[in-house]
Amino acid sequence: MSGAGDLHEVRLTVNGAAMVARVPARRLLSDCLRHDLQLTGTHVGCEHGVCGACTILLDGSAVRSCLLLAVSVDGAEITTVEGLAARDGTLSPVQRAFAECHGLQCGFCTPGFLTTVTAGLRATPEPDDDQVRDMVGGNLCRCTGYQNIVAAVHRAAEFTRSPADRP
Amino acid sequence: MKPPPFRYSRPESVADALALLEPEAKVLAGGQSLVPLMSMRLAVPEHLVDINRLAGLSYVEVAGGAVRVGALARHAEVLASPAAAAAQPLLRKALRWVAHPAIRNRGTTVGSLVHADPSGEMPAVLALLGGTVRVASTSGERTIAASDFFLGPLESAAQPGELAIEAQFPVLATAGAGTGFAEISRRRGDYAVCGVAVLAWLSADRRVGGAAAAYLSVGPVPVVLDLTEAIAGAAADAAAFPAAADLARGRLRPAADIHATAAYRRQLAGVLTERALLEALAEARETLAA
Repeated sequence: MSGAGDLHEVRLTVNGAAMVARVPARRLLSDCLRHDLQLTGTHVGCEHGVCGACTILLDGSAVRSCLLLAVSVDGAEITTVEGLAARDGTLSPVQRAFAECHGLQCGFCTPGFLTTVTAGLRATPEPDDDQVRDMVGGNLCRCTGYQNIVAAVHRAAEFTRSPADRP
Repeated sequence: MKPPPFRYSRPESVADALALLEPEAKVLAGGQSLVPLMSMRLAVPEHLVDINRLAGLSYVEVAGGAVRVGALARHAEVLASPAAAAAQPLLRKALRWVAHPAIRNRGTTVGSLVHADPSGEMPAVLALLGGTVRVASTSGERTIAASDFFLGPLESAAQPGELAIEAQFPVLATAGAGTGFAEISRRRGDYAVCGVAVLAWLSADRRVGGAAAAYLSVGPVPVVLDLTEAIAGAAADAAAFPAAADLARGRLRPAADIHATAAYRRQLAGVLTERALLEALAEARETLAA
């Protein structure tokens, strides 16, 4: 039986690297990534699961990191926005499409969109317009009006399915 | 917007989990409702018992006339189960409306039942189908019927010290029955302003035999209505069922809130009843055509 102030050791594989943090049980995964592991690419918007800015990939599935306790995902493999590009900095197809289609303005929501779409295109590689809107329906963007984000998802799907188009 | 401090346990077996579930403890499964409630300090459990290591409760299986969903099966896993969809198509139809994919990837179906949010899709589905929830504690197990399970907003019959082990959703009759689901929300994936699940069946002469509907977001618990008197004997391929819509509007007593007036909710209930009923009857006719 643990006390409320106890620290727990959490072992995570984040973007391919083994990491360890000692955190209280109340530490949200979003805060663990940002504060304990210094990975500030994951953004925190609403902190109650509405905005999608903190979306990460947990064992390959998109999840809201503000709705998870770090201690509860001990042992998991995590991909954050920092892990989407290749090691040499080459942008992923989704990142390149967002840049090319102007799918961002201030960029605050972008990490959540990039991770959400990365997982979404794995599940639905050739989405129609409705499926694209469904894919990003849980992510809020206050700048773009979404049109360019939808265009970017379609473009990312093109990059993903025709390697000749890739950078 | 951070959870308050709490004691944390992560048992490796159901028996250990039950032993840890003191009255002040709360079960953490997906946490997609509990964690934000804690962050907003609306829930302040002293002790969280995390059941995410109980991999034996991750199952979705069809057995004994029901789709059996274990306590750790995520919404996304139930949604993706071909066996569950074939045995009870309403599960897939309703699960598509449960929040967003990222929430469904972590949130559990049994957890949403125990959470008993009257705007939740799965409580309405369990209520409509007459399903059950099996709960366990150190003093044994009990099985609770859906009609006894939802007591009020965010209040289910699962007591402190009890762990919901499994939900059972009865399978759909193999021929002559169908299901439908319709919902309106301000943004796809948000809480429903109004929603309805319908189960309809045909009579031996292939006319409408009857139907039942369960509504979300119109009362403190899922509200189940028998639509049969309004539609029995009608042609099964009728283009509209205004009497069913009238019945829903007449019987439901939704409340007003910041999202909708009571009158608007009642109007939606009528419209959505017809939409879901048409979908259910189309499915019922297909089962006989095949």
